[in-house]
Amino acid sequence: MALARSIYLDHSATTPTDPRVVEVMLPYFTQHFGNPVSVHQFGRQAESAIETARERIGQVLNCLPSEVIFTSGASESNNLALRGSMRAGDQRPVLTTRVEHHAVSRTAAEIGEVEWLPVDSWGRASVEDVERTPSARLVSLMYANNEVGTIHDLAGFAEAAHEIGAYFHTDAVQAGGQLPLDVNALGVDMLSLSAHKFYGPKGVGLLYARKGVELHAIQTGGSHERGLRAGTHNTPLIVGMALALELATTEYEFRVKQLAARRDELIDGVLSRIPDVRLTGHPTERLPSHASFVIDGAESNTLLMHLDLLGVAASSGSACKTGNPEPSDVLLAMGYTPTEALTGLRLTVGLSTTQADIEYAVDALVRTVEKVRKVRDRMVIA
Amino acid sequence: MSESKPRVVVAMSGGVDSSVAAALLVEQGYEVIGMMMRLWSEETAIGNTHNRCCTPDQMNDARRIADKLGIPFYVLDTKEVFRSTIVQFFIEQHRQGVTPNPCIECNRQIRFSFLQQNALALDADYLATGHYARVSRDEGGYYVLRKGLDEHKDQSYVLSVLGQEQLAHALFPVGEYAKPEVRRIAERFGLPTASKKDSQDLCFIGDNNYRRFLADHAPDVMRPGPMIRTDGTEIGQHNGLVNFTVGQRKGLGLHSIEPLYVIGINAEQNAVIVGTAEELGRSSLTAKRVNWVAGTPPGTRFRGEVKIRYKAGAVPASIEILSDSRIHIKFDAPLRDITPGQGAVVYDGDKVLGGGIIERE
Repeated sequence: MALARSIYLDHSATTPTDPRVVEVMLPYFTQHFGNPVSVHQFGRQAESAIETARERIGQVLNCLPSEVIFTSGASESNNLALRGSMRAGDQRPVLTTRVEHHAVSRTAAEIGEVEWLPVDSWGRASVEDVERTPSARLVSLMYANNEVGTIHDLAGFAEAAHEIGAYFHTDAVQAGGQLPLDVNALGVDMLSLSAHKFYGPKGVGLLYARKGVELHAIQTGGSHERGLRAGTHNTPLIVGMALALELATTEYEFRVKQLAARRDELIDGVLSRIPDVRLTGHPTERLPSHASFVIDGAESNTLLMHLDLLGVAASSGSACKTGNPEPSDVLLAMGYTPTEALTGLRLTVGLSTTQADIEYAVDALVRTVEKVRKVRDRMVIA
Repeated sequence: MSESKPRVVVAMSGGVDSSVAAALLVEQGYEVIGMMMRLWSEETAIGNTHNRCCTPDQMNDARRIADKLGIPFYVLDTKEVFRSTIVQFFIEQHRQGVTPNPCIECNRQIRFSFLQQNALALDADYLATGHYARVSRDEGGYYVLRKGLDEHKDQSYVLSVLGQEQLAHALFPVGEYAKPEVRRIAERFGLPTASKKDSQDLCFIGDNNYRRFLADHAPDVMRPGPMIRTDGTEIGQHNGLVNFTVGQRKGLGLHSIEPLYVIGINAEQNAVIVGTAEELGRSSLTAKRVNWVAGTPPGTRFRGEVKIRYKAGAVPASIEILSDSRIHIKFDAPLRDITPGQGAVVYDGDKVLGGGIIERE
């Protein structure tokens, strides 16, 4: 179907790969294809590329290269952090929140005791609640929320976690490319990243694990990544991730400024032109790319379909392709009602988003909400 | 946004009929959008939580077909409205000793209401389905609903609840074809040709066992009670109204010289009424909640052919208008299985005039 426009406002789901990143990856598919553990020159070439990538990433994160573990993405990194730090016989709970990505919350719930830290109406936990907990083996708190964009000020939490004898892990997936990633300034023991959220390729990520953090492997096989992650390295993707992360750092100020400008136009447009809409998440302490709303009387599952037909790609925390939307856990935890939690809409801008895109998208949303509410009213009366 | 192509939403099930409907519309130059309704299904102890009309497999099938046809595909959350209208209605009707037809109600309250409204809100001009029926316009500009070309597959019976407003925005592309042709068209488009099982009418009951379903959701229909003759004489016991329908002969557990049949259900007295073949035959019925496709009936008394079940043949009868919503139908010859809750649909040849729901006597 030919669409009049195609406007991608779902950069929190994934970003297009930067052509510069694609370019550096290409030789590693065909020319330098060796297995980095091999003894021969082909192996050495690949090994060199991977270790160089590790060093460059270490510089961005302000950590030792050996503290970077390559994974298939942040879901694996989160699993490695939570499962891999669990030691037999340790009965202490994991402290986390219900606004985490399922890769953290479901993993935590599956492997042992969990204590859920409450969050406020913006989706933020409090340092005091961590300090009040007698003991924990791990505190896992996301850097920025994927559904509502709210940012946690991590340093205070890390300190509180250490005071109660716990490791501190953060799922920094949404923060990648948009927030400072200096692990020493953040005070974290472990941090998860995924390359495709910052214009890198899909299928590759990393776990930063501070030297001294006791981890064990969660999958068995070869002794890659100091025995912590069995499986042949994906050289091109690792090389691509390193460049994507460097670019995000060198272009940081320009990117953040541009993203925030588009985001603010979007938020202003939606709030001023659609009645009965609320911004979800923190009004200022939010990701530069991130706008999210609850829209009274307009279930996001239906909205997304309308917007798609108008060429606008958006998302929500509750909608799903199978037409079986569940109220968003994140919005429920923040105190929204189940009905409200079915109406969460997320629009996330990217580096290629223009002012005209935002104008078109806001127009489309205004029309769509009107129509969806009209159907709702008709069905309620009937 | 798009030039002049009419936009149509096709209700897709993953089966051959709705897939071919979508393919034909694409070929005819419509801007086609595929849509599947996510319907309610019970959560049972056996763990079957999928409505049989929209299992994950069928959803994937429909999604693959939409992809093959190059059309967008969405799933519409219809669980709550389906539960509150169709499933509740089914349970309530059975409590009253009535055997409802959920497909008729679904077309009335879900497909050509909720789904059609959603389609029109998407700026679609039409909602299309894979039903075997046809729509045309007569000289006066009225929309006419006709039987599908394939008499054996005809589904106009369950569409008899549609009026002018719905038909103005309805397309039934496969209604113009016989089933074997539909299969050939499917092959031509490289679509799966397997039919789904015919009886999907209780799609929300995971194991298709409606007695078990009612035992769980309306236990009162499982109470034992008397079996009586028409004069009130009790001649035995029954093990719950749910186990009996009008016309049933087997499983009555009665010893009698002449064969006895269920001839009625009296829910107030929790009684099953039995009688002879002669008593079973009835030559008239009253129907309520009547819909006329044209908006009004063709007269106050008129002749037509009437179907009293989806699979029954149309038989000649005289129809009399009792009120805006009720009709009396007198058949030329008595019929054996007039069942309260089923539709009585009036035809003039292959044209659907309208229909209603058969009342209890």
